[in-house]
Parts: sequence; C-alpha cells; structure tokens
Amino acid sequence: MGSLLEAKNVTKIFGGGLFSKEEELIAVNDISINLEVENPKIIAIAGESGSGKTTLARLLLGLIDPNEGSVEYLGKNLKEMKGKVRRDFRREVQPIFQDPYGSYNPFYKVDHVLYSPIKNFKLASKGEEARNMVEKALELVGLVPSETLGRLPHQLSGGQRQRVMVARALLLQPRIILADEPVSAVDASLRATILDSVKKLNNDLGISVIYVTHDLTTAYQISDEIMILYKGVLKEAGPVEVVIKNPKHPYTQLLIDSIPQANPKLKWGKLDISETQELLDQPGIGWRDS
Amino acid sequence: MSTSDFKGLRVKDLKVYYDTPEGVVKAVDGISFSLVQGKRLALVGESGSGKSTLSMALMRLTRPPGRIADGNIFLDDVDILDLDVEEMRLSRLSEISLVPQGAMNSLNPVLKIKDQILDGLFDHQVSGDKKISKDEQKTRVSELLTAVELLPSVGDMYPHELSGGMKQRVAIAIATSMDPKVIVADEPTSALDVVVQRTVMQTLGRLQEGLEASIVLVGHDMGLVAQFADFVGVMYAGKMVELGPVNSVFEKPLHPYTRLLIRSLPTLENKEDFIGIPGLPPPLLNLPPGCTFCTRFDRENKNDPPWKEVSKDHWISECNVCSDIGK
Amino acid sequence: MTTSTYTETDWKIRYKKRFFNFLRYVRRNPSLGVGLGFLLSLFLFVVIGYAVYDTERFRPLKTGTDLAPFEYDSKKGRDGYPLGTDRQGRDVMSVMIVGVPLTIQIGLIAGIIGITVGTVLAFVAAYFGGWIDNIIRTVVDVGLTIPGILILILIAVNLQSGLTVTQMGLAVSAVAWVWPARTIRSQVLVMREQLYVEIARLSGTGAISIMFKEMLPNLAPYIGASFVGSVASAILASVGLEALGLGPFDSPTLGMTIYWNIQFSSILHGMWWWFGPPIVVLAIIFVGLFLITAGLDEWSNPRLRKRV
Repeated sequence: MGSLLEAKNVTKIFGGGLFSKEEELIAVNDISINLEVENPKIIAIAGESGSGKTTLARLLLGLIDPNEGSVEYLGKNLKEMKGKVRRDFRREVQPIFQDPYGSYNPFYKVDHVLYSPIKNFKLASKGEEARNMVEKALELVGLVPSETLGRLPHQLSGGQRQRVMVARALLLQPRIILADEPVSAVDASLRATILDSVKKLNNDLGISVIYVTHDLTTAYQISDEIMILYKGVLKEAGPVEVVIKNPKHPYTQLLIDSIPQANPKLKWGKLDISETQELLDQPGIGWRDS
Repeated sequence: MSTSDFKGLRVKDLKVYYDTPEGVVKAVDGISFSLVQGKRLALVGESGSGKSTLSMALMRLTRPPGRIADGNIFLDDVDILDLDVEEMRLSRLSEISLVPQGAMNSLNPVLKIKDQILDGLFDHQVSGDKKISKDEQKTRVSELLTAVELLPSVGDMYPHELSGGMKQRVAIAIATSMDPKVIVADEPTSALDVVVQRTVMQTLGRLQEGLEASIVLVGHDMGLVAQFADFVGVMYAGKMVELGPVNSVFEKPLHPYTRLLIRSLPTLENKEDFIGIPGLPPPLLNLPPGCTFCTRFDRENKNDPPWKEVSKDHWISECNVCSDIGK
Repeated sequence: MTTSTYTETDWKIRYKKRFFNFLRYVRRNPSLGVGLGFLLSLFLFVVIGYAVYDTERFRPLKTGTDLAPFEYDSKKGRDGYPLGTDRQGRDVMSVMIVGVPLTIQIGLIAGIIGITVGTVLAFVAAYFGGWIDNIIRTVVDVGLTIPGILILILIAVNLQSGLTVTQMGLAVSAVAWVWPARTIRSQVLVMREQLYVEIARLSGTGAISIMFKEMLPNLAPYIGASFVGSVASAILASVGLEALGLGPFDSPTLGMTIYWNIQFSSILHGMWWWFGPPIVVLAIIFVGLFLITAGLDEWSNPRLRKRV
C-alpha cells in the first residue's frame, strides 16, 4: 500500500574523490528497503563490522545523505525536507542506540532524556500531563518510575538505561523505531526483557521496527524479515524463517554455521566451506519468499 | 588428596576484595575449583559476577585498591601466591599466561609484531645466558606465527596493519610463546565478528591441545562456552554457584541461576517468548551474608550455602530455599 | 508522585553532605587541596591585615625611609615596622596587604573577560563549523603567533596617563581570550560527537540549547581549569608590564613594587625585606594557581569523573 519509509537504491561512498588521498569506500552499495504504512513489521538488517549496516541506519535516520538513490518518508525525499515537515519526521522516526551509557548526558538525571523531547515537541501542555506520560512509558517497559526517575545515569544498570531509552522512544509515539544493536552492551539475562519490550512495541502499538545487529540469533527471535549485508552489498533477504532455516547464499550459510549455539550438542563449524573470497563475493540473491 | 600428584590448576577458597571509600567490595568471595592439565574450563558470569577480577587474580595482576585477601592458587604443587615478586614475574608467560580482552588495544602500536613476540622471550632469559641468535629468533617467531595460522611475514608488520582477528591471533602467539601450563583467556573474542570468532577460537583450541596446556576461558557468552569448553563454572555476585562438565550443566542445570540463565538465551531453533531473569544483579558493596540469589527473589537464607559435589565433578552451591526456582 | 517537598532540615542536611563530600574529594586530590590552601592563606593574610594593620602606610613618605624590619622610626617616633620600609618611606607590610588583592584583581578581571570571550567564540566556532569556524580559527591562530607582550606594551603605553588597576585588567584581557578560545574549541569539537548530543538533536533540541544545556555543564571543570590558568598568565603578564614601568604608578601592586625595587637597586643594598615579600607572595600565588589547575584537570578527566 502506501510506503512509510523507503530507501530506493541508496549508495553511500566515503573518501575517494579527486583531492583525497584516502581510498574510496563504498559503504552501502545499491540497497533498497521498504517499510509499509499498513502491516508494521520488524525488519532486521544483519551483518558484521564493515557490512554497512550502521551507515544504512544513519541514511534511514536522515543523519547523512546518500550519494546515489534517495530515502523517502511518506513519499517525500528526506534531503528536501525543511521546517515543520522535517520536525515531524524527526519525531516519527526514533533511534535506540547501542551504547547505554554514552546516550545519557552525565550531568543530568535520566529524567532529562525523557522530558526533553516532550518539551521540544510540545507533547504535553502541563507538568502533570508530562509526568503521566513519562510514568506510563516507563511502566510499559517494565521499570518502576519511583526507582528510576531522579537517578543519575551511572546509578542505573546498563539494562535499565537501555530500557529507559526504549521508554523514551515510546513516549514520542513514533511510527518507526530504528534500534542499532540495542542489546549488545547489555548482560545476557537482561537482553530478553529489552527485546521483549521492542517486540511489544510492534505487536501492541503497531510501530515498525528496524533492528540493526550482528547477532543473528536475536534477529531471528524478534524479526519478521531479515536482510543480510556483506561489505555494503545485500546478499540475501526474506522472511526470517526462510532465510535462517534454509540459507541459500554462501555468506549466509557461513554466518549461521559460525554462530556458537548454547547447546553443546549443536556444534559450530560443521560446514566444510572455507572463506574463499569468491564464494562470499558472489552477487546477492535478493529477496526471496521461500 | 596429595598435592604433589595433581597436575593442573587448583584454586582454593580464593578471595579478592576491593577497598573503596564506601566499604569493602567482595568481588571474588571464596571460589574453589580444580582444572586437570589439558582441559578447558569456562568461567561465566554477568557484570558484577567477579569473573574479570578472578582472571586477573590468577595472574596475580590484581591492582590496588584490589587485593587478594585469602586463598591459594596451586599450579601443579606450587602456590603461586607464595612466590616472591621476581619468581612470579618469571612464571608469567612461561607457566601461566594471559590472552587479554581486546588484544587490539594491548599491542604496542609502535613496535613490529616480531619485536613484541620476542620481548617476552628476552625478558625470561636467565641472566648470564648467551642471547638467542638472530637466526633462532627468526625461526621461533615464524613457528609461533604459523602455529596461529598467520604468515611469517606478519612479523614485520605493525599492529595497525592487521585486522582485529589477526591481532587477536598475535596475542595468542605471544601468550603461548613459552609453552605455558595454563592459558587464561579473558573474553578473547568479544570484539570480533562471528565468523572470525569461530576461527580464532578453533585456532586457540588446536594450539592448546598441541601444548597439552589448560585453558581458563572467562566470559559471558554461554554459546561460546557450549562450543568450546569441557567444564563450566557459573559465577554470581562473587561466588561460584555451579561447576561441572559442559554437557551435564547445559542439559540438566542444578542451580536455579544456571537454569534461569540458560532459559533466557535465545536460540535458532524456534521462536518463543522471551524469559528474562527478573530483578537485578546485586550491588557488591556490603553484601549481607547468606545466599545472594535468594534475595533477588525476595527469599532469605542467612546461612552461606555449602559448596557440594552432587555428582562426579559436578558441584553446586546448595541452597534449599531457592533451589526450586525455575524448575 | 515524583515531586517532593523539602523541609528546611532537608536542605541543611543536603548542603552539609555536599560540603563533606567535597572535603573528602579534596583529600583524594592533594593538588587541589594544597593549591586552595595556599590561596586561602593569602586571603586570610589580606583580611586580617586590613582588620588589624594601618594600611594607609602603603603610600610613599608616610613613614621614615630605608628602615629594616622593626628598626626604630625616628621620624615618627615609634618602634618600627614588621617588614621595614622602602626607600620612599612605604611601610612594606602595608604595601603587601594592599597590593596582593590589587594584583589578584587584575588577574581576575583579565581572566573572567578572557574566558567568557574565549568560551563564546570557541562554542560558536566548534558547533557551527564551516566558514564561521574558519574565520574564528584564523583569527585565533594569528593572535597566538603575535607576541602578547608587544600588544600589551602598545596598549599600556597609550594608556599611560593615570593608569588604574581596572584599566590594567582590561588591557591584559585583550590578549587573554586567545588561548582559551583555542583549547576550549578542541574540547567542544570532541563533545559535539558525543552520543547524547546526537540524541538531544534528535529530540528536537535547538543549537543554542545544546550548547548551553548539554555541552557547557560537562565542560565546566575544564573551563574552570582554563580560567585558573588564565588568571595566572594574566597576573604574570601584568607583573611583567609593571616591572617594565608600564603599570599603575599610584597603586602598590606586586608588579609595581618590583618596579620600585629595580629602580632603587634594593638587591644591591641588601634590602631583603623589600624584594623578598613580593617574590614570596608571587611564588605562592603561582604555585597555588598551578596546583589548582592540576587538581581541576584531574577532576575533569572523564576516567575520574565516573568514580565521583
């Protein structure tokens, strides 16, 4: 139906150019994604370091511009957005970053990160209304407001800080949440709770989620669809059950084979595939349905 | 059992405390385990469990305000805590060595790789001996690099010319350069991509078997543990709660924390609801005595749970009050 | 639920707690403690001096001339002065009591103006980048290469007639803003890349708010250390100018005292009570300020901040 956020054949190149000594790096090479207005999904963008997934995320957030192709929100090109339209976009597409400590200004209590957008986007007219919004959002992510508000960032655990970030994203009632490695820096036992909140955002509130990660296991658990990136190129994409259970591209197969599963009976490294560059550089097979 | 028979690493009731202005933090509070020579032990825990403190203590690299408050660390029949400073310095690398976390940052950026490998070797020469000849140096460096599956030409490169995986392999080469008895690996692959992680761990494993050395792998990735280790010790709030063969612990975890931990791990087998562990790991400052895990679930056991061997080589911290959680 | 009302005792308890926390921190940071101690002792010296001593005697010819400490003043018929007098009849003790705050005042005026101008320029340049940054950066870099003393001499010579202490301060401030502008700009450049700044931007916070509310509070210790450094260099510059004879002639600032010392060859005459005190006091000021800078530096280091 209507497209919500769409990247159309975006390419992003760093360095290079006539006067630069640096070699040209094609961080993102001709990639397209489409999030629809109806049917909000969770799409995972998976890849290792250097795959271009973070650059793609920043392109989607409008923090950088593509060299080729375009990113459109509700049909409008991000590059051309100004004023109110751009502010609306900023409000409706919210990030959750990987670093649960750096996301907070150490000078302020964690309340700051929650009340600040309410004030800037004028989401509540009175202090009491704002407080209700904040408390409700915290409860939705499983935090107790009286134990969380009024604390300085270093007084909360990494998992709590990350959950406050999810609450913040909720507060703004965005249409899309872009989560960049939201649980990598968090303890294993807390990851489940955070990912659960993210899944609830999609199920209960109809928010589309783009989940950028290198961890295929969590990607499998919460996403509907998955895109596998390698060196800026899309190698394979499709419904997550199909791609993970029956990978077709050699790179995907290699990735899945290398995952250390928490079950001593399922050994890794069973594939005899050696990392010959040719196999991995094989062109992507695009989106599959089965 | 007579101490002179045992070959391997034996830790007895080790305690490492930190003296902070707010009080004593008992980061490691009475840990015991035995690791037979040639086997792989993984120590897992989350933040605040004490595992990094433990790995530093095994190398006697604890820095103030931390101190080793009590206990023994036996390497074969020698308690390394009894050695004097010079003897310990010589033992590091030759008897017990460390593959540090984030080796990419522990390599000296202005020295060539071969100089960093030789650095440790030179340091351990008994004074008065003639220096190793240039030819022997070259051969040794080649051997070590080949053993970690790097080309000998890497020796002439600088760290910034290498990838993350290659740097980690260099760190492994340095750690095994003197054929140590025990290798302590502190989250050796945490910064690496999944494919590189597997190949580096496989290299480490092959080397370790070749040297018939023991490995103590410290980390929080249960998946890595399942794939790599023979034994696993689960740490919580400075104490060990379960220790046993990897197959038994994963199949039938006996301590509630292990049970909940394994259950919270996502798998690739089927999509299911997430079950995290409720509550928070406890702050380590001024911990009350008794079972710490109980307090996470609003239960109480004021007596320190005993450390018991419930089946062959399988030990748990047995607390009756919380043992049913997660069943 | 989240608002709380403070009773009066709560406030008192909070401030007492903050004070003791500060003292405990000072114990862990000896540089800061000793530095503050030095300055505090000078402060007490001045305050007590004004309270108990006759400070009018800093003017020339208010006493007999050339008297050693405690030597009998035949002209006034009294038992002498603790630090003796100089060759123009100034009571050296009065000179010190009056002079110390004057010199420090020059340092403060120049320091405050310097830091304020420097900080504003630094923030504007670093945050907005582009051509604004280029212009400011060029001006600052050129300013750094011109010897400050030249500019100061030019200014001082032109203001010669009846130069007051305040004018002295303003003159030095003309060069005091350059170095802070440069160093604070680097800090802001780093801070601009922090994740929380990006999140503030994505939360709709405007540029000015980001500068004042997000970045400035975190830079406060660094700016504080810069300020203390500025004050120290301003004092040094002013003493240099005054020693050359380009200072406020009617005021007994430390630098002017040194000037008179030079004019009257006090060292050759062995008048240790006249050249000694200003040198000792200047040493205390500089060492004290330096230690405070070192202490503040340690505090603003992020590695340490996480502990506190």
